[in-house]
Amino acid sequence: MSLRLRQHSVLPGFGLTLGITLLYLALIVLIPLSGVAIKTFELTWQDFVANLTSPRVIASFRITFVVAGLAALINAIFGLTTAWVLERYAFPGKRIIDAFVDLPFALPTAVAGIALTAIYAPNGLIGKHLDAIGIKAAYSPLGILIALTFIGLPFVVRTVQPVIADLDAEIEEAAASLGATRFHTFRRVLLPALWPALLTGVALSFARALGEYGSVVFISGNMPMKTEIVPLLIVTKLEQYDYAGATALALVMLGASFILLLVINVLQWWARQRHA
Amino acid sequence: MSAATGINLSARRTSTSPAITEPWPVRLLLIGIALAFLTLFLFIPLATVFHQALAKGLATYLASLREPDALAAVRLTLVAAAISVPLNVVFGVSAAWAIAKFEFPGKNLLTTMIDLPFAVSPVVAGLIFVLLFGLQGVLGPWLREHDIKIIFAVPGIVLATVFVTFPFVARELIPLMQEQGTDEEEAAVSLGANGLQTLWRVTLPNVKWGLMYGVILCNARAMGEFGAVSVVSGHIRGETNTLPLHVEILYNEYNFAAAFAAASVLTLLALLTLVIKSFLEWRIQRQFAEAARMLQGDAA
Amino acid sequence: MNLSLTSFARRVTLLVLALALGLSAPAAAQRATLLNVSYDPTREFYRDFNAAFSAVWKEKTGVTVDIKQSHGGAAKQARSVIDGLEADVVTLALAYDIDEIAARTKLMPADWQSRLPHNSSPYTSTIVFLVRKGNPKAIRDWDDLVRPDVQIITPNPKTSGGARWNYLAAWAYSLKKDLGDLSKLNDPAAKAEVDAAQARARDFVTRIFRNVPVLDSGARGSTTTFVQRGIGDVFISWENEAFLAIEELGPDKFELVVPSLSILAEPPVTLIDGNARKHGTVEIAQAYLEYLYSPTGQRLAAKHFYRPVSPEHADPEDIERFVKTELVTIEQVFGGWQKAQADHFNDGGLFDQIYVPSR
Repeated sequence: MSLRLRQHSVLPGFGLTLGITLLYLALIVLIPLSGVAIKTFELTWQDFVANLTSPRVIASFRITFVVAGLAALINAIFGLTTAWVLERYAFPGKRIIDAFVDLPFALPTAVAGIALTAIYAPNGLIGKHLDAIGIKAAYSPLGILIALTFIGLPFVVRTVQPVIADLDAEIEEAAASLGATRFHTFRRVLLPALWPALLTGVALSFARALGEYGSVVFISGNMPMKTEIVPLLIVTKLEQYDYAGATALALVMLGASFILLLVINVLQWWARQRHA
Repeated sequence: MSAATGINLSARRTSTSPAITEPWPVRLLLIGIALAFLTLFLFIPLATVFHQALAKGLATYLASLREPDALAAVRLTLVAAAISVPLNVVFGVSAAWAIAKFEFPGKNLLTTMIDLPFAVSPVVAGLIFVLLFGLQGVLGPWLREHDIKIIFAVPGIVLATVFVTFPFVARELIPLMQEQGTDEEEAAVSLGANGLQTLWRVTLPNVKWGLMYGVILCNARAMGEFGAVSVVSGHIRGETNTLPLHVEILYNEYNFAAAFAAASVLTLLALLTLVIKSFLEWRIQRQFAEAARMLQGDAA
Repeated sequence: MNLSLTSFARRVTLLVLALALGLSAPAAAQRATLLNVSYDPTREFYRDFNAAFSAVWKEKTGVTVDIKQSHGGAAKQARSVIDGLEADVVTLALAYDIDEIAARTKLMPADWQSRLPHNSSPYTSTIVFLVRKGNPKAIRDWDDLVRPDVQIITPNPKTSGGARWNYLAAWAYSLKKDLGDLSKLNDPAAKAEVDAAQARARDFVTRIFRNVPVLDSGARGSTTTFVQRGIGDVFISWENEAFLAIEELGPDKFELVVPSLSILAEPPVTLIDGNARKHGTVEIAQAYLEYLYSPTGQRLAAKHFYRPVSPEHADPEDIERFVKTELVTIEQVFGGWQKAQADHFNDGGLFDQIYVPSR
């Protein structure tokens, strides 16, 4: 059957490798994930809807999506700047700084949460200065924003960086010789070329931020209706032995992740088409 | 994700031509902004970890790492990584071979499925294994009858780790192998090599550094995972605590210096990962540069 | 290149083998393992108690007992046992969580709480206030907590057993203040009066929680927030946690305030029969729990700031630390844990209504 499914190739191993891939994917990812759907079916449709539309749940969805979106936006702006600076300019310590960008990816989230809380609490290194001018960093939505920005930091930088490196200098030179200002060139020539990568990076950091739990619980203050994120609500429901309610929320989060990833894959496909 | 973590294949250049760079005040401003951003979100948290870890002196720092529970946690973390990384390598190579070397319908869907664990909340990742293997779950009662422990034991921790590190090797290899095309493999096969030989002698050497990079990322994530492992661990001291969980325990015992000491080990692991990654990038660039030189030599 | 790949693979294989061998340590004869699943604040107590019990058991039977501990939020720990964590004994923050284990797993009888003396609680505690040194906000009793200038730290009652005691203690205080005599709660003739008092109690607790800026998920998280981060003027806490925080984190920074009325917190212990039978540890596990009531167990409990049920076994100076105050019970005021949980803490219950305006 696999022969008919794919275009003809002389290379062997399609059936075997696809078989291994699908089997492993099913065992590790799909079958376990289907458990969430099955458990949710224990709820009637009314219960399911009631679960998702209670004011606390709606508030937590709002805060989760809005703050994750803001974090992704911050990372878009500063991530693009960082990628540009790292790729185009020479300054001392650049290589080291470049290497550090991946740190949030490798650092356990709980460690990140504890460290960030220590810094941004009202008696912390930065928190005390913010507190002095009346800004509450930790234990507020701003705290969640800080944690999620940290978590998503590598993604925009790392998606955009290779594209900047691959930009054809000749186009920029041509634009300049045709009298375009540098800003004009950036907007009309560079930014369009960077769009797909930038969007991919933003979507990745958004997807990562939506599910983040470990670092946020330390810094957010966990106030219902104000700073309670969806993953925390899932945990809270579990602690009340409400498995079905927890899985209902989990199912919505899974759906959101899946759609986001599909968008990312389409974006990358789009980028490849442009490239070709 | 491939691009997010991908290796920068093209040789770097730092342009000096005025037409394609900015005036120096803009440059300085942009560098300033980037550095301020990174300082705020990267360097200060990093410094905090080490500052707190060494707050009570080097002796306390070393003592807290030599404690039996800490050593047990380190060992479990290494075991979880040592099992999940090779599994994901085998899977990653298979998936990349199928996806990069062949065309078939549903490929985008398959790639999305492979990415899924990356975007699933760690809490949900832990929950799914509880739903499946927990005593209230589908397989739980049967497992208990046969005295097989999955969750709240090492297998559960390994499973959760495999789940969260699932995409990394595959997503590193797929774009690389796609870029390389199928010509070399086809040549090898037409010369009589079988599939395994082709893979081992042609494909893998070509993507060797990319594979290594995938392994390193996978490993870093495996050692650092907290949320998913926390759900399935059961938190039995000296038995089912990984290093990130050990950090939490110490922190909850008001043993802040020790907590940050354990955290600093994880941070050092992360930094080591980054060093190896930079080294790999440098190797790749050198390879490319050599290839370019040889080509130029041929042309001359 | 082929060579380096091969040797890399070989090295990885060796590493895996070495680690796998290292894991399977040889099991010696005359050893037994016990798993005690407990909540957060008992870490220090059980560390000492386990050492004491192991020594006694070794002397008595020659068997070396290796007691494994697991600590975390009470509900999370109970859920782990429900989901298959094979605890031989559980020592949790409140009876409700153990009731849930009994109801959901059938590993133990529903009447577990009558198996050991004192409602299966070998030690008790209560809810007190931890304030900053010198008590700058002059917090003396529950009434001070509703003042708008007071910031309060407490964990989230939804996820923390201790926080449920906090919440109910405040509620009980308000009822007692209004009714004077708590026996009116069960008097049908006083229904109107009781209803009015309940409404005021609800308002009282709502005003307290309005003053809470951070709701951590567990008792230990809240301690850190109050002590390390410097948030809040008063921390509503387990008495033993408050003592421990003062001892560990700064005798010169905090002091303890005991309110005029508080709640008798009974953290129960029990055997998980099904698991212990499976492990063949019923005898040891039972002896372990009974040892909690022994003079040594009682002395250690008092040393770690728990109020022992037999204070005569404890060091007098340990007992002196506990301030006498009026203590009410869950049964007396709330009709038991099942009812308290259903009325107050389940989704849509009274606690949720503090944050979500009822429709």
